[in-house]
Amino acid sequence: MDWGSVFIDGILATIGPVTAAYAISAIGLNLQFGYAGLLNFGHVAFMLVGAYGMAITVDVGGPLWLGIIVGILVAAFLGFLLGLPTLRLRADYLAITTIAAAEAIRLVVRSSWAQPLTNGVFGIQGFADSFFDLNPFPPAELYGIGSLVVTGRKLWVMIVGWTIAALLTLLIRRLINSPWGRVLKAIREDEDATTSLGKNVFSYKLQALMIGGAIGGIAGMLLAIEQQNVTPDAYLPQVTFILYVIVILGGAGTILGPIVGAVVFQFLFFTIDALMVNTQANIGWVGDLLTPAAAGQVKLVLVGVGMMVLMVFRPQGILGSREEALIDER
Amino acid sequence: MNADHPMHGVAPEPGVRKPDPVLIATDLQRSFGGLQAVDVKHLEIQRHTVTSLIGPNGAGKTTLFNLLTGFDAPDHGEWHLNGGPLVGIAAFQVARRGMVRTFQLTRSLARLTVMDNMLVAAKDNKGEGLWGALTGGWHATEHANEERANELLERFGLEHMTDEFAGSLSGGQRKLLEMARALMMNPEVVMLDEPMAGVNPALTQSLLTHITGLRDGGKTVIFVEHDMDVVQEISDWVVVMAEGRVIAEGRPEEIAKNRTVIDAYLGEQHGEAAS
Repeated sequence: MDWGSVFIDGILATIGPVTAAYAISAIGLNLQFGYAGLLNFGHVAFMLVGAYGMAITVDVGGPLWLGIIVGILVAAFLGFLLGLPTLRLRADYLAITTIAAAEAIRLVVRSSWAQPLTNGVFGIQGFADSFFDLNPFPPAELYGIGSLVVTGRKLWVMIVGWTIAALLTLLIRRLINSPWGRVLKAIREDEDATTSLGKNVFSYKLQALMIGGAIGGIAGMLLAIEQQNVTPDAYLPQVTFILYVIVILGGAGTILGPIVGAVVFQFLFFTIDALMVNTQANIGWVGDLLTPAAAGQVKLVLVGVGMMVLMVFRPQGILGSREEALIDER
Repeated sequence: MNADHPMHGVAPEPGVRKPDPVLIATDLQRSFGGLQAVDVKHLEIQRHTVTSLIGPNGAGKTTLFNLLTGFDAPDHGEWHLNGGPLVGIAAFQVARRGMVRTFQLTRSLARLTVMDNMLVAAKDNKGEGLWGALTGGWHATEHANEERANELLERFGLEHMTDEFAGSLSGGQRKLLEMARALMMNPEVVMLDEPMAGVNPALTQSLLTHITGLRDGGKTVIFVEHDMDVVQEISDWVVVMAEGRVIAEGRPEEIAKNRTVIDAYLGEQHGEAAS
């Protein structure tokens, strides 16, 4: 049993670009769910359209910077389209619409009908070359201390990813601490009361959905760049639910919650993963009992149990305020 | 009858014209399925008075409130605030034009502080726009609003709760906060939906004082109430509704003696049973 390598694997996954992408996506979801109270159960769709918006733009010959702008705009536009018919209705309608739309979009993208544009299930590759051309680090060189090392290629994506996460956190902090953010929180508490105070609730909810969606699109693009590949089946519904776990774990409606949630979640997830791989290899009877296929399921079961424990003992998440969570809504 | 009374010389009959109406509704109708919830032929509300809207349960008082404030759309009819038509105007715009309502069940914004509850109600803060929020420059407005909020909180006896979450206030304090918050918008007409519901007698007295205080401060107050005694005490004018219609209007003492009103409240058979 090699505890050292278990933690190194866990830490490497935690500081990696995928965690940054999840943190960014969670920042968008937190704006919608944590601050505006919008139940967006299809957040993965914003990541998908962001990534495909960028990939297709580059694929048809556009430059990457244009692809990134297109990705952001398409994701925001998706928020507009989904919000327009549903945000005047009760909260559940948005939930139903977004979860259905997310799956519908994924299925359309992977269909043979869309293949000329999206390349169906095979996805699009080779759109990120100009991003890696900008990499100042020699891509094959190793950076780090001891056995905690990453390649220069990975380091470049990490730096860009976490910089974006930090900038977006600052942006959200500025917005939330402004009167605009106060109206958003008021809407989360009570829409009718906020309307009676002369605020255009629909407009604010639409803005939150679009901005949160655009941020989700940025996360999708980062993920696609890291993998140098977009395929429709990377955007399954469970991504949305992992993002909810991250937001709630970190503390919904807190500025740093999404980042803390993403880091803690990824660390636990990958440490458990490495731990299981390690025990399977080193302790005979565990390997007999737990096939690698079963191990994947057990990992998710452990995540579920962990969430339940969190909800029982700390319903407000890691950063949330207990006082706030205990207020009953009369 | 005092000649200074604002309603001096106004005949106590349904749909009567007032000398200086701030709100006029005509032919307002709303039905839910087969039920005619509101069917108001003509109603005028006199400026700078306390007008109470009474009637038995299901008389359509709250529905009428919802229609007037844009929270519900009528099947038919029109209504004007200061001569400006309000047909098809969204609820938030009605509020901005100076007609602010409260709710039967208190709606405090629980996980906002008392101060934030007040500040969110202030009008014309450019930081409430996305662009303004990003670029800043709203802090001066904010400070002015905070000062006004502090004055109002003091007037309603909530100054010691400024930084508490609204959700941690008692039921009575929430009623006061809701009233103070409505005033933050500097409205011309304040519509209170059963402000006295579920409130202890001591607080009822304080709420009544605040309501007359609003009128004396130049507001027009319309409030819904069940209790005839409460209405007697503070109203300048009483409008009685039953089954969606305005069945009587008049000064409180006239309404107390009105045969139609007694029938509506006690049922038409009560006289026959006695005889």
